[in-house]
Amino acid sequence: MAKKKKQDFTPITPDPQYILQVNALKKYFPIKSGMRVVGQVKAVDGVTFNLKHGATMGLVGESGCGKTTTGRAILRLSGDKTDGQVLFEGKEVYDLNPTEMRALRTKMQIIFQDPFSSLSPRMPVGEIIGEAVREHGLVKKEEFNDYIENIMENCGLQAYHRNRYPHEFSGGQRQRICIARALALNPRFIVCDEPVSALDVSIQAQIINLLKELQEKYKLTYLFISHDLSVVEHISDTVGVMYLGSLVEYGDTDDIFRNPLHPYTKALFSAIPVPDPTVRMNRIVLEGSIPSPAKPPEGCKFHTRCANCMERCKYETPVQKEIEPGHYVVCHLYD
Amino acid sequence: MGKYILKRLLISVVILFFVAFIIYALMRCLPTSYIESVARQRSMTPGSKSYEEWMAQLAAQYNMDKSIIPGFFGWLGTFLRGNFGDSWKWTVPVIEKFNDVIWISFIMGAISFFFELIIAIPLGIVAATHQNTNLDYAISVVALAGISFPTFFFASLMKLVFSVKLGWFDLFGLVGRNYNQLDATGKVLDMANHLVMPIVTLVVISFGSLMRYTRTNMLEVLSADYIRTARAKGLSEKKVIYHHAFRNTLIPIVTIVGGSLPGLFSGALITETLFGISGIGYVSYQSMIGGDIPFSMFYMVFLAVLTLLGNLIADILYAVVDPRVRIA
Repeated sequence: MAKKKKQDFTPITPDPQYILQVNALKKYFPIKSGMRVVGQVKAVDGVTFNLKHGATMGLVGESGCGKTTTGRAILRLSGDKTDGQVLFEGKEVYDLNPTEMRALRTKMQIIFQDPFSSLSPRMPVGEIIGEAVREHGLVKKEEFNDYIENIMENCGLQAYHRNRYPHEFSGGQRQRICIARALALNPRFIVCDEPVSALDVSIQAQIINLLKELQEKYKLTYLFISHDLSVVEHISDTVGVMYLGSLVEYGDTDDIFRNPLHPYTKALFSAIPVPDPTVRMNRIVLEGSIPSPAKPPEGCKFHTRCANCMERCKYETPVQKEIEPGHYVVCHLYD
Repeated sequence: MGKYILKRLLISVVILFFVAFIIYALMRCLPTSYIESVARQRSMTPGSKSYEEWMAQLAAQYNMDKSIIPGFFGWLGTFLRGNFGDSWKWTVPVIEKFNDVIWISFIMGAISFFFELIIAIPLGIVAATHQNTNLDYAISVVALAGISFPTFFFASLMKLVFSVKLGWFDLFGLVGRNYNQLDATGKVLDMANHLVMPIVTLVVISFGSLMRYTRTNMLEVLSADYIRTARAKGLSEKKVIYHHAFRNTLIPIVTIVGGSLPGLFSGALITETLFGISGIGYVSYQSMIGGDIPFSMFYMVFLAVLTLLGNLIADILYAVVDPRVRIA
């Protein structure tokens, strides 16, 4: 364990109205050159948000901005955090011992992006779904088969699929298996890590609708990570926009889509395709490419590509401000 | 499945035919044949026939007067009838000589192979699950040292320490000098005592590559997405490693293990020579340089059969460990 260093965030206290509270979460990965650590990739660099019971939060941003790492860090799936707090139902996830952590795994689950590599190729589907159920002793032995078959049917699979192996299924069915697998543990919170980006469009709609049905049925809370803005608008109650490891804007879906505040959000939303050829698209094209997360720019991280860049943006880091109720933005334009 | 095995067996017969032919051709092309050296020796004796006369007589006697292709079919004909002939060099039936020397090599090979497996595979798993820690480095250094030691160097070092300095084991041989006076248990113990150093040598020089192989494959599997899925399920680390990861590592290991089965019978030339054990490795080498066609051919064809069988068994075992392999 690295020695405790000074925390540079204000600790928050548990609030029962939220299922998940993330405060100034940081996850850095070391860059090694031989044996020495020569730098850090700041994959997640201070992410703060709260998630209410039964709600869905969309997390959007371009590839490499740290969405997936955020999702995994919340579930404590990629080693230790670097800094910050993750409170799940009021308890700090990173303070749990291995036994408590394993018990908590049943309550928070994840659906991975790639349904082809995330299923063990040498296990029949029934075993993939049921293994953890048995391992955690969630249902009685005699109810086990019915339980698994019930979950499979709820996810649009047939009971006779149990004894088949993952390679015998199509992409959409495999993603259903992944969903059934996560759901079998009866979780309260699921991180959906780009669950539809590996599927074609017609299947995407089925999977999204399945996720919505299941949410109502089982009172689930989702963190929905995606780069597809139309999907996020459809499914989310709140949206967070990430850029280079931090949230730049965060608020209710309607507010954000109706009135995007941050220059990055505006540029991102201007790129949503409109299914009407007569509408002239007014795209905001960002100059240059995303800077390296190993050497993020000083001041506001977005200033190198921002159309509204001011002098102070280059050295002064903006703080999160609430512009309208529940709508937060990190930008000097709104000081 | 039955059809598949039959097909594989038929292909194996064709492969064997060509393997035997190539070996026969190579034996015939060796710079000094057995009959040449015998003829040279006999023509030296005072009052003997000339070298050429001896050659003509011996060639006819040993069936070496035909060219390679007819000679091969002549050999094949007798071989297929189950007549493996007499060894030229050892002047006893091939089978008898083979039977004399194979078992000690097989016992040595099997015991060292067993130890190799039970040392290399767990170490490989431990090294992979502790990747880039000091434990991993320590295991890798030991394994690489084992791979890098020349057999004669390591064996000599062991002899120096355990025979010369400590006097625990004899320097050479398979049995001690008072072997004949011992009772049955004593004889077994005596032999076991003499086998310790050869077997340790064999294990040390060979476990490294299997350990590295296990480690590499295990690392590859451990970084797979479905291992992350298994962790996200909240399975215990033991279950993740042995139930999910190791099962998927088994397939390449089975290939290697299946492929090294013939090695149990091929003997260990250098180790057997160094420890003065007359096993198949040593004897087959002597036969080969002596141009002993019947013995060498029998031994080589035997190894080829084992190699083909080993591959076939490995392929069948795939179906056992990997449910995805469904043979049409």
